[in-house]
Amino acid sequence: MSTPSDNAPAAHSAGAAEESRPSLSALLLDPSFWADWASVVGLVGLVIVFGIAQPVFLSVANLQALLLAAAILVVLSIGQTFVIATSGIDLSLAAAVMLGAIILGLVNAAGYGIFIACVLAVAATSAVGFFNGLIITAGKIPDFVVTLGTLSGITGLGLILSGGEPTMVGSTFLLRLASGSFGPFGYPVWVAISAVVVAHIALYHTRFGVHLLATGGQAESAGALGIRTNRVKIAAYTISGFCAGIASLLLVARIGSAEPLINTSLLLNSVAAVVLGGVSLFGGRASILGPAIGALMLTALVNGLTLLNVSAFYQPLAVGAIVVLAALIMRYQK
Amino acid sequence: MSAANHIPASDAIIACEGLSKHFGGIRAFTDVAFQARRGEVTAVIGDNGAGKSTLIRSLVGVHQPDAGNLFFDGRARPFANPDEARKAGIETVHQNLALIDELTVAQNLFLNREIVRRVGPFAFLDRKAMKREARSMLSRLSINVPSINQRVRRLSGGQRQAISICRAVGSGAKLVVMDEPTAALGVQETANVEALIRRLREQSVSVILVSHNLDQVRRLSDQIWVMRAGKMVATVRASETSGNELVALVTGAV
Repeated sequence: MSTPSDNAPAAHSAGAAEESRPSLSALLLDPSFWADWASVVGLVGLVIVFGIAQPVFLSVANLQALLLAAAILVVLSIGQTFVIATSGIDLSLAAAVMLGAIILGLVNAAGYGIFIACVLAVAATSAVGFFNGLIITAGKIPDFVVTLGTLSGITGLGLILSGGEPTMVGSTFLLRLASGSFGPFGYPVWVAISAVVVAHIALYHTRFGVHLLATGGQAESAGALGIRTNRVKIAAYTISGFCAGIASLLLVARIGSAEPLINTSLLLNSVAAVVLGGVSLFGGRASILGPAIGALMLTALVNGLTLLNVSAFYQPLAVGAIVVLAALIMRYQK
Repeated sequence: MSAANHIPASDAIIACEGLSKHFGGIRAFTDVAFQARRGEVTAVIGDNGAGKSTLIRSLVGVHQPDAGNLFFDGRARPFANPDEARKAGIETVHQNLALIDELTVAQNLFLNREIVRRVGPFAFLDRKAMKREARSMLSRLSINVPSINQRVRRLSGGQRQAISICRAVGSGAKLVVMDEPTAALGVQETANVEALIRRLREQSVSVILVSHNLDQVRRLSDQIWVMRAGKMVATVRASETSGNELVALVTGAV
């Protein structure tokens, strides 16, 4: 069972050792360190490799482009993190982005103005998330099944609404959002940075964050202590939907039109970034910085391979290999 | 030796009369009268399936009794859910401990009772205050854990039990309910948890202890209530009974 000295005063467990940080060498030998920091280690590794193989990779212009390209995935990964922290998974994330984009395009085309269009797009994707959470908790149906259903459902809805046709969105506001910059970073990067900061505070410095992790860790125990786990789950899915809405704004701004196409790699990469970020797929353990850096790493991988003239066909293979590797490290830690 | 003691005594922290609960056609317990005195350790014993756990769960709002009256702290008040009971001052140490493995000791101690600092409309966790409080809660009960920043997953069974009890007591609860606190523990760990329960009694915390370890019950409690096949069949002072008498009461051999 355990050692006899468990609850008795013991020298090695006395207050003196409390709070002391482990030494660096012990840290480097601890597999959980590598799992927690997989995304950082991976990112640094990629930057070094690509920097040596193709010095253009490290040019300011390329790094700025890389960050810009990563912004959407970072925002989505944050949404996915909240859901995965509750031991769920949001498969409808990329479809929600598409729905948000289409609503944005249609409302804008109908002449209601870009701001109303943006607000409605975000409201619609948040509603999708809320609906996901409601069905999962009220119907007691596995997250996987519900969001798979929503994925298909809102794909259809998007096609019906748009008639399968892309809508051009010619808006100076979105154009400025996509191309403008403040300081060293473009606006989309700032949007992603703000999302990271807000989400980090929500996760680590609010009661909601603790309750989220408790719900994901042991829902039954959390419930026994009076935490309303269903509400927490619904909130997590709504946050995920909200992030999808923000991502849809960034996406439409970037490509200038609303397309009824689902970017499945966005969905898969959002899950991949979360895994790389050291978030447990079983819930209860999460960070925001990890998945954000995971998203950066995946974008850097694609960017670097492109610069090295590696065929685009090889890129999913590389992403897959890295994700499985990260999952193995996590497993080893247990 | 009868369990029929209808009016709750003024020194009862919790009391019930005529309490019944059934699940469909299965009667968990019928017409139960029970009370626990303030500042005492009150034990409920009985064989597996006698209805102990269901009775306790009905007292703390997990189950809703079908009939009967429940008094807590001098007032008639059934609890609609565990949260209400918790707010009224009943803390339960669940059999599964209700700890969150991936959270730290300090986070577990303050789960759903977090200390916050308000900044305008926002409330942020006051982690320093919670850690400080957590340390003093643990030291008040002489509980040793390697660090309050340690994830609960890494702790031993006895330490986890101690954390769960500490959380229950630390909130200033009027009554702490423990369901089989040592069922899953080894010999030494059981001794540690028993020492902890004795410290609670020294500090005049009211405790209800569910157990089917008769020796433990005699060691720890002041008053013992015996359940058999869904009925409360007897109550005795721990100091005035013997192991043989308890065995007889539990098995129905009297």
